[in-house]
Amino acid sequence: MSNVRAIARAAPWILPWILGVAVFLIAPLGLSAYTSVMDHSLLDKPVYVGLSNYRQLLSDPLAGRAAWNTVVYTCLSVTLGTALSLSVAALLGQGMRLSGLTRAVVFVPTLVPVVAAGLAWSWMLNTQNGPVNLLLGFLGVPAAARPDWLGSVGWAMGSVVMVSLWTVGSFVVIYSAAMRGVPASLYEAAMIDGAGPVRRFVSVTLPMISPAIAFNTVMSVIWSLQAFAVPLVMTRGGPEDSTLTFGMHVYNSAFVFGRMGYASALAWVQFAVTLAFVLVGLRLSRGLVHSREGV
Amino acid sequence: MASASVPGRRGTWLGRTVLWLIMASVAAVFAAPLALMVLASAQPDERSGLADVGGGEQGGDGVGGAIGLLSSAANNYGRVLRDPAVDMPGALRNSLRVALLSVAGMTISSAVVAYGFARLRWPGREACFAVVLATMMIPFPVIMAPTYLVFKQLGMIGTLMPLWLPSWFGGAFSIYLLRQFFMSIPRELDEAARLDGCTEFGVFLRIVIPTSVPALAVVALLQFVSSWNDFLGPLLFLNHQETYTLALALHMFQSQHGGVGWNLTMAATTLTIAPVVAVFVFAHRAITDGIGTQGMVE
Repeated sequence: MSNVRAIARAAPWILPWILGVAVFLIAPLGLSAYTSVMDHSLLDKPVYVGLSNYRQLLSDPLAGRAAWNTVVYTCLSVTLGTALSLSVAALLGQGMRLSGLTRAVVFVPTLVPVVAAGLAWSWMLNTQNGPVNLLLGFLGVPAAARPDWLGSVGWAMGSVVMVSLWTVGSFVVIYSAAMRGVPASLYEAAMIDGAGPVRRFVSVTLPMISPAIAFNTVMSVIWSLQAFAVPLVMTRGGPEDSTLTFGMHVYNSAFVFGRMGYASALAWVQFAVTLAFVLVGLRLSRGLVHSREGV
Repeated sequence: MASASVPGRRGTWLGRTVLWLIMASVAAVFAAPLALMVLASAQPDERSGLADVGGGEQGGDGVGGAIGLLSSAANNYGRVLRDPAVDMPGALRNSLRVALLSVAGMTISSAVVAYGFARLRWPGREACFAVVLATMMIPFPVIMAPTYLVFKQLGMIGTLMPLWLPSWFGGAFSIYLLRQFFMSIPRELDEAARLDGCTEFGVFLRIVIPTSVPALAVVALLQFVSSWNDFLGPLLFLNHQETYTLALALHMFQSQHGGVGWNLTMAATTLTIAPVVAVFVFAHRAITDGIGTQGMVE
């Protein structure tokens, strides 16, 4: 009886969230599952087609290409991004002059709207008078050897990854906060044992902040697997589909070609793969992550 | 400390200088795109792409050059704001409207829900909260196509509502952040207020909210930034000029004027970025502290 009363008392407070999840999460997921077995062109009435959308996915060369691009993008941006943000956070933790200002400067790009970031970088990398190639020219790289960053198959994906590295600021801030939480006594003990700065970082800092690293890696894998706004703005998936990501393929199928059914099937596959990655990642990280109770 | 490092003092000094230089170059690399963007936005048309600044020859013009830059900057920004093809001032108003409505919605509703999780005991609370955290892991692109269908059913496509309405139902990260804060408020205050005849809602309004202003400010600021920067939402749900937000207008500006006049594109980009950077300058402590707590989510 008291249970019922407790729930009745809490219900009005929790209700907004429950309604929100029902309308903006459960409903879309359900609708998406339903649409994925329909031929739904937005204009005509949806027609039931069974699993044909899923079967078609297997023979769609563009879907394969997009999946491969997404895996490449995710591997590069997550590993490089983690390495970069950990090193910058370690650097900022040295208590040097102006490190507060540097942290702010590194963080600001994360606040930049993705369209604006894409445009600023498109200009930075343009081949006529972009600062990056001007700098290369200044350093003596001959004109023929300066890359066509966004226009060549070999460089376009690298350029998109570069923009993602430019926005690692929030990870830097998270790692900085986690590193500040490592007890100074551990470093003192390590120093007494004769550990140098690199050894201290590897044997004290990394294990102590491993929960934050695991959490961020999982989150950034999730987000990288969905990435498409930056390539949409910078390259529109080109040249020759070299930056076409899976998310962009879903978007194009739904809103450019108006094939909601096929797009929903693609989105479900994407969701399933993401979920699998996360579950495997969490299982693997459980072995690697240092837990506080173990101290 | 100082005496302990005497033998290696010279090396330490050298090492610290090298470290500092590395840090300074990291800052320079991260700052460069935005700094150069602002510079490019001030170039007259014929230079358009900074050839001179990039080459480091701009300084030679001295005061005359600076005045020339200022006048061409004024000219560029004026042209962007009066652009006949894309209504930037209108887009600015739309962005502000969406941002204010979603900030208000997110702050109020997340506070209410967080109160239910932090200050009331009920069976199933922990499991329910785990679900809140789990929803953080579902990225928007996965459900974007069906979400479009939901808003189409609700008759909201082409209006600004899909951009701010969902925030009135709370957001996982905001609920998490506020719950942590609310739990740290001593319960004795509630008891005292209840003895004085306060209702549950009275406790929320008179005790919990006034003591949580810093946490509420963080939630409001983060929501402002994410609403201002939202690109996919406007791209999917808006279909005519008058409703475009700034991020979408900028995208349209570039496709309309594609290729020509980097100076104007960069002026439009600078206008889009300026408000969020201004907010950050005022409140960077609150924002970075709020982001920092994400590392503690487990």
